[in-house]
Amino acid sequence: MRFRLTEDQRALREGVRQLLARRFGREALRAAVAAPGLDRALWRELGAAGFFALRLPEADGGVGLGLPETVLAFEEAGRVLLPGPLVATHLAAASVPGAATGETVVAAADGRLVEWLTEADVVRGEVAGAVPLRSVDPLTPLHRTAAAGPTDPVAVLLTAAEQLGTATRVCELAVQHARTREQFGQPIGAFQAVKHLCAEMLVRAETARAAVYAAAVTAQPADIATARLLADEAAQLGTRDCLQVHGGMGFTWESEVHLHLKRSWVRAQRGGANTESEELLAADLVG
Amino acid sequence: MRRQIAVWGPPVDLAQSPEEEEFRARLREWLAKVLPTLPPRPSPDDWPGRRAYDLGWQRTLYDAGYAGLHWPVDAGGQGATPTQHLIFLEETERAGAPYVGANFVGLLHAGPTIAAEGTPEQRARWLPPVLRGEEVWCQGFSEPDAGSDLASLRTRACRDGDDYVVTGSKIWTSHAEVADWCELLVRTDQRAPRHRGITWLALPMDAPGVTVRPLRTLAGSAEFAEVFLDEVRVPATHRVGEENDGWRVTMVTLSFERGTAFVGEVVACRRVLGELARTARENGRWDDPALRRRLGRLNAEFRALWRLTQWNVSEAEAGGGVPGVGGSVFKLRYSQARQRLYDAAADVLGPDCLDLDRPWTLDRLSSLSYTIAAGTSQIQRNIVAERILGLPKGR
Ligand SMILES: Cc1cc2nc3c(=O)[nH]c(=O)nc-3n(C[C@H](O)[C@H](O)[C@H](O)COP(=O)(O)OP(=O)(O)OC[C@H]3O[C@@H](n4cnc5c(N)ncnc54)[C@H](O)[C@@H]3O)c2cc1C
Repeated sequence: MRFRLTEDQRALREGVRQLLARRFGREALRAAVAAPGLDRALWRELGAAGFFALRLPEADGGVGLGLPETVLAFEEAGRVLLPGPLVATHLAAASVPGAATGETVVAAADGRLVEWLTEADVVRGEVAGAVPLRSVDPLTPLHRTAAAGPTDPVAVLLTAAEQLGTATRVCELAVQHARTREQFGQPIGAFQAVKHLCAEMLVRAETARAAVYAAAVTAQPADIATARLLADEAAQLGTRDCLQVHGGMGFTWESEVHLHLKRSWVRAQRGGANTESEELLAADLVG
Repeated sequence: MRRQIAVWGPPVDLAQSPEEEEFRARLREWLAKVLPTLPPRPSPDDWPGRRAYDLGWQRTLYDAGYAGLHWPVDAGGQGATPTQHLIFLEETERAGAPYVGANFVGLLHAGPTIAAEGTPEQRARWLPPVLRGEEVWCQGFSEPDAGSDLASLRTRACRDGDDYVVTGSKIWTSHAEVADWCELLVRTDQRAPRHRGITWLALPMDAPGVTVRPLRTLAGSAEFAEVFLDEVRVPATHRVGEENDGWRVTMVTLSFERGTAFVGEVVACRRVLGELARTARENGRWDDPALRRRLGRLNAEFRALWRLTQWNVSEAEAGGGVPGVGGSVFKLRYSQARQRLYDAAADVLGPDCLDLDRPWTLDRLSSLSYTIAAGTSQIQRNIVAERILGLPKGR
């Protein structure tokens, strides 16, 4: 058994992290909130780097890697709140011309929602009569569809990877703030009430990490459902606790915390309701 | 991303290697043969019976070459890899083999401490009887006034010729009634900073001046005890490590307790969860979607804990077999999950959850000790926050 990242996987993660830091850092995130819309140049750059073609065979111009590596790339995307229909375009790499290279932006109906419907070049799934929502997440335009479509387990897993990225990132943000913000003459991170919030964020994120990485190796439905439940929990509770640690600052539009919070809510709606995963895992007990 | 493909190495692999699979197969075969020959389990209150049963099982393991699997070879162990140890714990639990029981401290703490820090004579004296199932150890760390704040312990040891003379009291000492030896932490320097005046001694439990008074737990049985020490003479040759270096000596192996101690239990919890679901189907509770989803979520919880165990074991294997702080993350999550599991059991059983003749009732009660023993959850959170996240120490 060898359940840990290989050197190459670490290198891949580092490569993605650097690319995203260069092309979608804090400033870019702020700019995106101020002027929402899909950055086509960034999309093509992601395509050129192989982000959408990670799992395409090399013979077809892809990178020829598997789910474990793809999960790492999506975790990084989740960390920086990279906007756009990343999962849908990645899943379309083999079937929609131009998706793999980032030339074509692909959106897809998922459950009763479609993200990025009007900005996409190709839309998959039943979206006739879709109506726009005033999206809670400033970086994810949303439409509601008339009928609920099927969900792809790989989409569920990649979403869990993005949630894991958020869970990890907000734990770091909370810790950074707790170390520097002082009240009562000491860093607030010296107060146990704050310390324990941070510790629980880490425990949830690390447990979710084990579940997400394992699901990427096995691709079994019960493992994916597990990853999804744990990652949703880690992201949604983590963003909340991060907000709490930031105090009034956490409640502002300026801070990046609300963006993580809102995106974690959007992602939690993907892949059918949480209850479906719970039912799947209940059935697994008696199956 | 593209550029890295040329150097792609061995993939992540959750499957076991052929050697590991062979180890598992041999173990399974042996368990199937040996378990039916074991005597019936003694009742929880029959302490001499429990001691004999637990030691008997250890002897059986020893004869088959499975004793001290994770101990180094030069300490008499098998030098197995963490993965093999994981397989061992998984398979013995699956097959319903006896628990480590009274051998816990000997195999998981005092033994590894002596193996790591003892002299050749000390290793030769104390390790073989642990492996062969001949001697039981207990752990005398906690005191009435030193629980979470262990370093404030006050039991005193003064050097007198070739002996230490020990006076004080210990509390919550599990298995004290049936132990031959106690790994004892004592204060040998009153003036040194707290952590620097502590010494590790092996105390023979039959020494004059040792009094054991059993304490009844909330589950009704006497699992632990108070140990009173009145001018007990302990030979200085029973000291492991240097005088006043006992804190470090202890911490070297304390993480072992958190590393693999719960592997079998996670397997057991997953089995209980399956039984819960089947019971719910029989008694109709399964028709309640809220109950079903609660069990589904617990399934996710224990599956994830199993993955976390595999992750920690792989990390330990790569890091030379030393369990890291990851153990604290695991213990925090697991102790809570175990309590939730038995709360869900109560929900499945309804009024029967109040019946002490139902096994889950006692298990629910004992699950409450998990967030206290071996470092409370609050202390674990401090450890995670300070040692992993680097937050400042509180005042
Ligand atoms: C079933 C069982 C078996 C045991 N077996 C043994 C054994 O064999 N040998 C042995 O030596 N000991 C044993 N113990 C003792 C165990 O290690 C202690 O109970 C534990 O360390 C807590 O100490 P305490 O009971 O004195 O509680 P206290 O330390 O008094 O803690 C009481 C409460 O205060 C909280 N608290 C304390 N300090 C802090 C802090 N700094 N920050 C935040 N909260 C804090 C704790 O989390 C807890 O909630 C056993 C305990 C149990 C329950």
